[in-house]
Amino acid sequence: MKTTSFTKQEWDEALQGLSDSYRIFVPIREGDFHMFRPLENGIKPDFDFQNTRISPKSIIYPQSERMFEYTLEPEDPEANILKEAPKDYSPRAIVGIRPCDVHAFRIVQRNFDNPEFRDPWWVKHFESTILVGLGCNRPCSTCFCTSVGGGPFHEEGLDIMVYDLGDRFLAKSLTEKGEDFLNKTKAGAPADQPALQAAEDLKESVEKAFNPNVTMDHLHEKAVLDLFNAPFWEEVAFACINCGTCTYLCPTCWCFDIQDEVFAKQGDRIRNWDSCMFPLFTLEGSGHNPRTKKFQRVRQRFMHKLKYYVDKYQDGVQCSGCGRCVRYCPVNIDIRQVAALMNEL
Amino acid sequence: MKNPYIPYPVRISKTLVETEDKQLKSFWLDFINPDDAKGFEYTPGQFAELSVCGFGEVPIGIASSPTEGDTLLFTVNKVGHVTRKLHNMAEGDIMGVRGPLGNSYPLKEMEGKNVVIVAGGFAVTTLRATVTWILHPDNRDKYGKIDFIYGARTPGLLLYEDQWSEWQKRDDIDCHVTIDRAVDGWNGLVGFVPTICEQVAPKPDNAVALICGPPVMIRFTQPVFDKLGWQPEQIVMSLENRMKCGIGICGRCNVGPEYVCKDGPVFTKAQLDKLPAEY
Repeated sequence: MKTTSFTKQEWDEALQGLSDSYRIFVPIREGDFHMFRPLENGIKPDFDFQNTRISPKSIIYPQSERMFEYTLEPEDPEANILKEAPKDYSPRAIVGIRPCDVHAFRIVQRNFDNPEFRDPWWVKHFESTILVGLGCNRPCSTCFCTSVGGGPFHEEGLDIMVYDLGDRFLAKSLTEKGEDFLNKTKAGAPADQPALQAAEDLKESVEKAFNPNVTMDHLHEKAVLDLFNAPFWEEVAFACINCGTCTYLCPTCWCFDIQDEVFAKQGDRIRNWDSCMFPLFTLEGSGHNPRTKKFQRVRQRFMHKLKYYVDKYQDGVQCSGCGRCVRYCPVNIDIRQVAALMNEL
Repeated sequence: MKNPYIPYPVRISKTLVETEDKQLKSFWLDFINPDDAKGFEYTPGQFAELSVCGFGEVPIGIASSPTEGDTLLFTVNKVGHVTRKLHNMAEGDIMGVRGPLGNSYPLKEMEGKNVVIVAGGFAVTTLRATVTWILHPDNRDKYGKIDFIYGARTPGLLLYEDQWSEWQKRDDIDCHVTIDRAVDGWNGLVGFVPTICEQVAPKPDNAVALICGPPVMIRFTQPVFDKLGWQPEQIVMSLENRMKCGIGICGRCNVGPEYVCKDGPVFTKAQLDKLPAEY
C-alpha cells in the first residue's frame, strides 16, 4: 500500500505515459456532459465532473458484443460451426470511476460470475481491468450511494482511490494491481502527513454533509407476492413512456438479447443490451406475453432491483445509488420514492 | 474457462412431419464429435437451445430419453424466425445444440409412487421422454402405477403415435389418448383432457402428477385434481417463458426471483403458488 501525491499536470502526464501499458479510459467533456473515452492522442481528461452521463459498464460489457463468428460458405468444411470471436483482453484501466459505479460492477458480478456459470467475456474483461476511483467531493442531489451500502469515498472493489485536493491528486493504492499501476507512473511524490490529513478531512466533511437517507431496511422482510400485488404500481407507472433510458443508463442493469447477423456468407452471433421496459422482451413465439401492460414492465424493473435480487443474494439491493435514472428519466419517475413505497408497504 | 454459450455441432440424421397441419416437425440429431455426447448428460424434463447459424437459437424441450442412446429428438413448432428456418432444413444439415439446460422432472423424488402424466397438444415432448425413461427395464420397477393421459384436437394432431400405440399394448402403463371431438376412423377416447382426467380419477395417495399443456387445459384440469384431493406439492408443471441465454444470466425469463431457464422449467404447483403469475 502506498499513497502518492501528484500535481494535476503530473497526473495527466503520468496517464499519457501509461498508455503503452494499459488501454486507459478517462472522463472527458462532451457538450454539457462527461463520458468515458479511451485516452488517445489529443484527448484531454477532465476530472472536474460530478459523474459521467453514461456509466462505464460498457467498458466491461459492451452494448453490442460479438460472441461467435461463422461462415455459411457451403464449400467450407467449417461451415455452420461457431468459433469464438477474437477479443482484446490486454490490461485496461478505468481512471476516474466513481465509487458507485465500482459498487455496480460488484453487484453485476454476481450475475455474470456465479458458481454454476461464468460468462467468459464479462469475467475476462473485468479481470483485465484496473479500477482507479475518484472520490466524490460534490455528490449530486440525486445521489444516494450511502443508502445502498456505498459512499462518496467507498474503497471496496477499487484498486486505487484518488482524492482531489484542489491543486493535486492523492492516489492511494488498495491492491497489488493498483500499486503496480502507481509504480509504473514513475511520477509524483510520497504523500506527506498534511496531505494525508487533508484527504481524511475532505472525506469526513463530504460524508457529513451528504445525507440522502433512502430507507430500504424492510424490503427483505416483505413477501414477494405482497409487493407484487401492491396497490401503487399503476400509479408509479402512470407517466412512464417505456423509453428504456433508465435501463440503458443503469450501471446494474445487465439484461441482454442474442441475435445472429449475416453479411454475405459471414455471420456473427452477437449480444446486445436489452430492456425489460420493452414488450418484445418477453413476447413468446406463440404470441403469448406475460408482461403486455406497461405497469407490469415498470413493476418488473423495480421488483428485480429492490426485491428479487435482495432475496436471491441476501446482500442488499441491485442499485448503486448513482441516481442516473432519477436524473434522466423524462417523466421524473424516482426510484427513491418507489423504494420508500415498497419499504413502507 | 468453459464457454456456456457455445453449442455442440450436430447433424440432422432424420426428420419427420408429425402433424396434419405440418406445424410440428421432429428432428433427430447426432453429435458430430462423439465425445460431445458424453458432455451432454441429460434427464427428462430438461431442454436445449437449438442453434441455426444465421438465424439464432431457440429453446426446445428434449423429447428423447437418455435411455434411447446418443441421438437426440426435438419436436419443433413452426412459429418464428428460427423455427421456420429449421422446418426447411434437411437430413445431413449441420446445426448446433447447447445444453442440457434447466432442471428436470423430479424422477428421484417420484420413486416408489404412482405417476399420473397429463399432456395436451405438443406439450407432450418432454413427457414422451419421461414415459420412455420410466418404462425402461432399468427404471420401471422404481415406480408404481403409471397413467398417461394425452389429448389433442384431432387424431392428426397427436404426436408420437408409434410410441403411444406401443404403450397401449403394455400392461404396465394405462394409456388414455383422447381427441376433442369424434371423427370417423377414431376408435379411441373422445373428450377434452380435463374430462378424461375426471373419468380416470387418479387417486392422490402416494402419487405425483406431471401436467403439461396449453394454459386453457391447465385451467380446467386443475379443478379436477383439486376435487380429487390432490395437494399443490404433488402437482408438477413445466413453464416456457421466452429465453435467450438458457443459463440464468440474460435476465429475460424470470418469474419473480426464479429464472425459468435455470431454476426451472419444472416447478411444483406449490412453488408456483408463491410466485407472481408472470408466465
